[in-house]
Amino acid sequence: MPDRPRRTATTSEAWTDMTQAPSRYQMSQLDLLEAEALYIMREVAAEFERPVLLFSGGKDSIVMLRLAEKAFWPGPIPFPVMHVDTGHNFPEVMEFRDRRVAETGVRLIVASVQEQIDAGVVREPTGRWASRNRLQTSALLDALEHHRFDAAFGGARRDEEKARAKERIFSFRDEFGQWEPKAQRPELWNTFNTRVAQGENIRVFPLSNWTELDIWAYVRREELALPSIYFAHERSVFERDGILLADNPHVHRDDDETVFSTMVRYRTVGDMTCTGAVRSTATTLPDIVAEIAATRITERGQTRADDRSSEAAMEDRKREGYF
Amino acid sequence: MTNDILRFATAGSVDDGKSTLIGRLLYDSKSIFEDQLEAVERTSRDRGEEDANLALLTDGLRAEREQGITIDVAYRYFATPRRTFIIADTPGHVQYTRNMVTGASTADLAVVLVDARKGLQEQSRRHAFLATLLRVPHLVFAVNKMDLVDYDEARFERIKDEFTDFAAKLDVPDLTFIPISALRGDNVVGRSPNMDWYDGPPLLRHLENVHIASDRNLVDVRFPVQYVIRPHRAADPALHDYRGYAGQVAGGVLKPGDTVTHLPSGLETTITEISTADGPVAEAFSPMSVTLRLADDIDISRGDMICRPQNQPSVTQDVDAMLCWMSETRPLTARSRLLLKHTTRSVRTVVRDVHYQLDVNTLHRDESADTLRLNQIGRVALRTTQPIFTDAYRRNRLTGGFILVDESTNATVAAGMIVDT
Repeated sequence: MPDRPRRTATTSEAWTDMTQAPSRYQMSQLDLLEAEALYIMREVAAEFERPVLLFSGGKDSIVMLRLAEKAFWPGPIPFPVMHVDTGHNFPEVMEFRDRRVAETGVRLIVASVQEQIDAGVVREPTGRWASRNRLQTSALLDALEHHRFDAAFGGARRDEEKARAKERIFSFRDEFGQWEPKAQRPELWNTFNTRVAQGENIRVFPLSNWTELDIWAYVRREELALPSIYFAHERSVFERDGILLADNPHVHRDDDETVFSTMVRYRTVGDMTCTGAVRSTATTLPDIVAEIAATRITERGQTRADDRSSEAAMEDRKREGYF
Repeated sequence: MTNDILRFATAGSVDDGKSTLIGRLLYDSKSIFEDQLEAVERTSRDRGEEDANLALLTDGLRAEREQGITIDVAYRYFATPRRTFIIADTPGHVQYTRNMVTGASTADLAVVLVDARKGLQEQSRRHAFLATLLRVPHLVFAVNKMDLVDYDEARFERIKDEFTDFAAKLDVPDLTFIPISALRGDNVVGRSPNMDWYDGPPLLRHLENVHIASDRNLVDVRFPVQYVIRPHRAADPALHDYRGYAGQVAGGVLKPGDTVTHLPSGLETTITEISTADGPVAEAFSPMSVTLRLADDIDISRGDMICRPQNQPSVTQDVDAMLCWMSETRPLTARSRLLLKHTTRSVRTVVRDVHYQLDVNTLHRDESADTLRLNQIGRVALRTTQPIFTDAYRRNRLTGGFILVDESTNATVAAGMIVDT
């Protein structure tokens, strides 16, 4: 039999509350969230022809991959994973992605933004705010169509952003990949409507009810490996609009934006051109859990330059087919 | 200290202050982050509003901010040292009733807001009725805007009496009344010094303490088979014969060694192991997601049900149910053909009869009605093409609830709740 996903629990600190059941016939917070996610994953595997799991190598998709291992254990994960690669990713994350994929034995599909740019399907943005983040939508939709995927798991959480707070767990997308927030399917109990016509798809979000802190507590409980950039390290950065961006060849930097070296870590993993670092000395998982429990700023507010372009930036991107 | 999750839905008329209440709960429990608050303050200022409009925290869609109303359910998260909360913030407009039903279907508790100045409105009755129809186990009637009626006890008592009269016709398992001011924060997180006459807990204290552990059905064993795990790895002898039935427990407690019955075959066998990726467990109860391994090689597939020999659900093709009809375009009529999804089983169904349509304000049954339109509620008889394994909804929300899907559009057109017959 394949090895069970490993896990050992520690019990001494406050965070462990969410790993412990309050009493008999009750489940702990993390167990409840896990049970819901496993049910959702099995429902998708049972009802769709061609599901795929979106995997970026970030913490949420790392949790998703572990949940997929658990849902079908001791069998293999019955769907491939897909990375929408902007070509501007952190090298540490790419390395981690390939390692994790090899360990789990899932098939990796890469949807490449660079290829789309080379083929002239999309145009490389230029200027100070240039980011390929938005171009992911086109690469994603193209890959979904090419592989005829009818369900795509995403690691999005409702606590991330106000438009995401409105999203169903099974989120219907038309043949153009569009989300229509006013016409979402009612979602009753745990009875999910999985029906789509050809060309349409459902985005499925098993982590809908998880918060950032739940993710970290789960990463810690399950002893999940993470890309090194999540832990505090010395890095060359510069500050723009309150966000610390890594000095890297993909981002246009003005002369008055000076590079300096400081201890940082990342709360989210995304395109290097728009994902900010946070000042931190947290080098272990317990440090990170403590830091997240105490923070007064949201994950996206602190680290995502692209959400700031307008009040409804995320909603607008989602309507176009973004995750 | 415990840490479980309470899911609650908020409901009430437009402008009764739902968004303000949620903003207040999040704000006073320190669950609003600085950047969110700054964004709200900035937008409020740009619009020329004096105070930070906490409703902007929950109205996340462009159209909602434009119109100043809530269109769809938004889910919010906050935690206190005692509990974690998931709020389903549901819209008040009649046209979004289906979204209120969406929010209430998974809720342990519903908070229905009523404006102390206006008393019981059509929407307060409607939402209280929907909450009880969906059997949300706990109902809180929060009489809001008490600051605008000089914190008048008599006013609160009058609304309470009015609702108690209405509730006498409903099946309300647990009902609590709390006078509050969401705007001023009276009786929301802390006790209000302005209402000495009220001796109950503030809303948050009630949410923290309400007992939900016994709301699940731990008596009737129900295990809808969701997915068959058969690894089929020739190289690994331990896996070659592995056959597991994965699913989420919908009721009762299962243990290894238990004799169980498989439906529809009616065959009996024994549970040999309750397996999870973290190792076998000694028992499984709702809502655990586990994998059952059985002593005998029975042909079991998705959509089947595992139960106990002496305690079985109804195996039936005839279903009597309350329906909340949700289609904007198509009415429900006798002879409508639809797809019914119940637990993990999907079957075709035809509407045999519309017994009556219910007026949710008066609870009057219109037996002459032969259709249900958008947001209407009524009792119908359905005939399915294959048997389904049902319980009355009042006994188990998971094995008593179903959805109807229009196969021509794939839209979810109804929420159904099986009536005990």
